[in-house]
Amino acid sequence: MRAGIRAGVPIAFASLLLAISFGVLAQPVMGSVAPIVMSAVVFAGSAQFAALAVLAAGGGVAAAVLAGALLNARYLPMGVALAPSVRGRPLRRALVGQAMVDASWAMASRRGGRFDVGFMVGATLPNYPAWVGGTAIGVLAGDVIGDPDRLGLDAIFPAFFLALLVVETRRGNEAVAAAAIGAIIALVLAPLTPPGVPVIAACAAVLIAMRPQREEPA
Amino acid sequence: MSDVWATVLALALASAAIRASGPVLLGGRELPEWIRRPIALVAPALLAALIVVGTFTGDEGVLELDARAAGLAAAGGFLALTRGSMVVAVAVAALVAALVRLAS
Repeated sequence: MRAGIRAGVPIAFASLLLAISFGVLAQPVMGSVAPIVMSAVVFAGSAQFAALAVLAAGGGVAAAVLAGALLNARYLPMGVALAPSVRGRPLRRALVGQAMVDASWAMASRRGGRFDVGFMVGATLPNYPAWVGGTAIGVLAGDVIGDPDRLGLDAIFPAFFLALLVVETRRGNEAVAAAAIGAIIALVLAPLTPPGVPVIAACAAVLIAMRPQREEPA
Repeated sequence: MSDVWATVLALALASAAIRASGPVLLGGRELPEWIRRPIALVAPALLAALIVVGTFTGDEGVLELDARAAGLAAAGGFLALTRGSMVVAVAVAALVAALVRLAS
């Protein structure tokens, strides 16, 4: 877990900046307290941004929750992948599931579909105070910061995921193929489907990426 | 309860349930080889999709090519040339995106 915590510091740094921009954007729509509470109890960047966008556009509660839940639905396949590595009673397993964050989940993936669960939990630990604290900073300092996109903060997570992807693709050609097909699926579906769907559908890339090897004679 | 608080509460419950479901329902069981192989590929597929959606889409999923793409390209170049740290790559992306916005 200690190695995970160390590895989690860069994620926490990126999260802090993203959380600040969430706080800045959320404060005019949600007030000062609700964004901070939301970061503490939802703890999911893309879902919070999606729900915020719906609320800001005047959409109702149902639409906002659906948009957020749809973006978090990727944690279903991620949780299935994680599951065999999670031991213990159901309550403990449910708590481990709460520690799933894209970056720490990806960094905890090992060869052969295994996950280092202690590493993942450790990597998520610094992320939590960074996410909640960053939201508070954004809420309080919004007037000073202005438009967060002006600072390039929206480029942070794609770059971070790219750095993680580079590590993943060193594992072989199937990983490269899965990444390429996943990117194409997401790109094609993005204009056609509700937000969140492209990323979940991209998991199907896994089946396409595997097929050629399966047909080869052993 | 206001719309904002109802959204916060409902989304918190939904997110917790979604995150718990895999480990609670399937946790600790050995999965056969034929399912472990595709699972090993979920991470690269998912990361690639998150990059694409985070970089090239705007509101309503419309495809866009803007400062984020420049930031991502700069980070990619940095990683390819230096094998340097993630934090620096992220900082390079933000810096380049900010400069492109400043110039445009």
